[in-house]
Amino acid sequence: MASVLEDNFEIQNEDTQKGRFLTFTLGGEDYGIEIKYVTEIIGIQPITQVPELPDYLKGIINLRGKIIPVMDVRLRFRKEPLKYTDRTCIIVIDINDTSIGMIVDTVSEVVSIDDENIMLPPDAKTGFNNKYVKGIGKMGSEVKLLLDCGKIFSTDEEEMLSSLAQA
Amino acid sequence: MDFINTEPMQEMFVFETVQLIEELEQIILYSEKKNGLESSINDIFRIMHTLKGSSAMMSFSNISILAHSVEDIFYFLREKKPKTVDYLQLTDLMLKVIDFVGSEVGKIRNKEGADGDPSSISQTLADFLSQLKEGCPNTGEAGTGAVDKKHMGQAGEGHYSYKATITFEEDCQMENLRAFSVIHALQQVAGDIRHIPEDISDTENCNREIRESGLTVLFNCPLPEGEVRQLLEETMFLKELTLEYRSADAPGKGRAEAGVTGANEAGGANIPEAEEACKGQNCEDNTYSHDKMSNLSKQNFISVNIQKMNKLMDVVGELVISEAMVTQNPELKGLELEGFKKAARHLKKITGELQDIVMSMRMVPLSMTFQKMNRIVRDMSRKLEKEINFEIIGEETEVDKNIIEHISDPLIHLIRNAIDHGIEPAEERELKGKEATGKITLEAKHSGGDVWIILKDDGKGLDRDKIIQKATEGRLIQRPVSEMTDREIYSIILLPGFSTKEEVTEFSGRGVGMDVVLKDMDKVDGSVLIDSKPGSGTTISMKIPLTLAIMDGMTVSVGSATYTIPIASIRESLNITEDDVIKDPENNEMIMLRGLCHPIIRLHKLFNVVPGTDRLEEGILILVESENEGICIFVDKLIGEQQVVVKALPQYLKKVQGISGCTLLGDGSISLIIDIASLINNKR
Repeated sequence: MASVLEDNFEIQNEDTQKGRFLTFTLGGEDYGIEIKYVTEIIGIQPITQVPELPDYLKGIINLRGKIIPVMDVRLRFRKEPLKYTDRTCIIVIDINDTSIGMIVDTVSEVVSIDDENIMLPPDAKTGFNNKYVKGIGKMGSEVKLLLDCGKIFSTDEEEMLSSLAQA
Repeated sequence: MDFINTEPMQEMFVFETVQLIEELEQIILYSEKKNGLESSINDIFRIMHTLKGSSAMMSFSNISILAHSVEDIFYFLREKKPKTVDYLQLTDLMLKVIDFVGSEVGKIRNKEGADGDPSSISQTLADFLSQLKEGCPNTGEAGTGAVDKKHMGQAGEGHYSYKATITFEEDCQMENLRAFSVIHALQQVAGDIRHIPEDISDTENCNREIRESGLTVLFNCPLPEGEVRQLLEETMFLKELTLEYRSADAPGKGRAEAGVTGANEAGGANIPEAEEACKGQNCEDNTYSHDKMSNLSKQNFISVNIQKMNKLMDVVGELVISEAMVTQNPELKGLELEGFKKAARHLKKITGELQDIVMSMRMVPLSMTFQKMNRIVRDMSRKLEKEINFEIIGEETEVDKNIIEHISDPLIHLIRNAIDHGIEPAEERELKGKEATGKITLEAKHSGGDVWIILKDDGKGLDRDKIIQKATEGRLIQRPVSEMTDREIYSIILLPGFSTKEEVTEFSGRGVGMDVVLKDMDKVDGSVLIDSKPGSGTTISMKIPLTLAIMDGMTVSVGSATYTIPIASIRESLNITEDDVIKDPENNEMIMLRGLCHPIIRLHKLFNVVPGTDRLEEGILILVESENEGICIFVDKLIGEQQVVVKALPQYLKKVQGISGCTLLGDGSISLIIDIASLINNKR
């Protein structure tokens, strides 16, 4: 019985979070990530560099006594680095009990996007690099690129190797 | 069962069973030493009964079958009190049972099925029991608990003892008659009946008493609880029935107190005689167990999830940091704040105390680890037929939970070694004018920030020449023997591949084992010292830091980054000039210090950060050492020495070469802790 109740509760909980995305900007584009992954948003913090990491992993920060790694999403997407300002934010997300901070230009808002307004990204054959984008959300005239959190944080062996080779 | 998550139950089962068998082992070993198992039959019976019940509930039938066979034996022992029992054999059997249950529980913990086959042990147990029965002529006698003897009637069949409290409906009238009929009904099935009020007669007094506090009956009865309850519920005008199962001596049930405990406390209070008897028994039990366990430290424990503990540590660490952030806030500079400073001092004191308490919560006494050694000594001394007097001192000494895990293995090997190689056979000892019984002392004590664990034996001591000879044969010596101290020579026995024993025995001689000591000690930053006197014994001392979670560190800066170097590995720090440096053709820098050449590692190059200076004159060199090899680390400057709380790097970052963890500094910033051993290994 208890497990049935729990299931119900979880379904409800998921319902309120389903279809809701936290949007942020990176250069000219708007991105969105599912809100269920997000634990909090903080301003930019002093980052401690850790040796031997790929360049997009900027290091570690002290989040109220918890040490978490931070990733510059710009660098992860091979964009030009941008100097951190007051507007720069760290979105702390939690995937499979691992906390990670994502450094983004600015955080915009939380939006609801229905399933019917989410389209699959264009085929990779057309030259669109869709590795991290799992869907494209339409909001009136605007378009949000919806990220696949799991993929962003999976450490691609190849990538590690190439970044090491560059260094 | 499918839809219920059994995991927490399983966890509980594993936890409880481990405790039970540890207790059992201690009882058995202790009572063996004293006067055979006789004195602790009841305790063993209780433990086996609990074990049987819980394992049957979790459907680990192999454990419950085994527990049942043991229960049979002890039931027999307790009831028949046979005079000739081979307690030695029984002890061996019991230890086998303990090992079996232990390994099964291990399997369960690792989420494997408990699939061990108990039938052979079970069979041996059954054989033992039938042997016992043969040796005991009065088997036919149906003697039961001593309690029954003083009461007449059907006492002989009284197997379960109950306490029932019955209240009747308010307006039923003639309470005494109702009470009488209840007792009459009980007399048909039960013996040894006592009731309160004692005199059930047709008086108003009696009626009132029953009306107010009910009728309380104590009786023995062979029926199970359900049937007794059914019987009593047939009583007319019954308002409330409390049936309590209160057998302290009933066979097959141990001390388990099942049953319904009533709210009717008045009823209970009305049985002074019974209460007293109970109390008396409890007292007896207490003194008995006190006497028995006098040298096993008993403490009250609650078990807490280790994650919660870690979280508490984190929060407290954070509290200390934020306290510093408040009281040393730059905005307060230059202000005269008498009251604030006073309050701040108070806060500092309390946070400090809190931190101490949290740290102490991670500390566990060594007693469990030490008590386990009793078993090793016993097994070895029986197998090798060497009488050994094993003494434990200071088992209440506390060390960090993480460290305790690394103490057990080395101790086992050292003790085995001491008994196998150290202690001589009795005849040889007598020839040398020593007592025939060997003596091994295991001692733990605090000294400064370290814990010393000292193992002493009064055996033949280490043979210096033989060690040198064997070590030379095995090419284990790099330096000329003449330059080595006795301690250095003795510590050769800890190297992998070394054994002076000519033939391989069950316990030692393969040349593996003693190196485990070194390995485990390295893991906890400990060290081993060996002293020995030929003919009078060997002393092995292990020095272990109190805790791994807190460390003395030297904070250094390189550019804008700060790093922490463990003080324990720092030998010295020095200012040098470029001229002191030697360069090899590959431009590797080295420096000559007191005749030894050490490589120089520039931290900023290694970690790829922008340094404040790359001129050796302006920075500082730190000579660090690990496993007798030294390197020099070049940093900008020393910031200061402080105690730091060690934290692991996030798992996502995987293992970073040269970094062992990180720590939070007083201002909330993160400092990486440098792993000296890996730097040195890397350099090789």
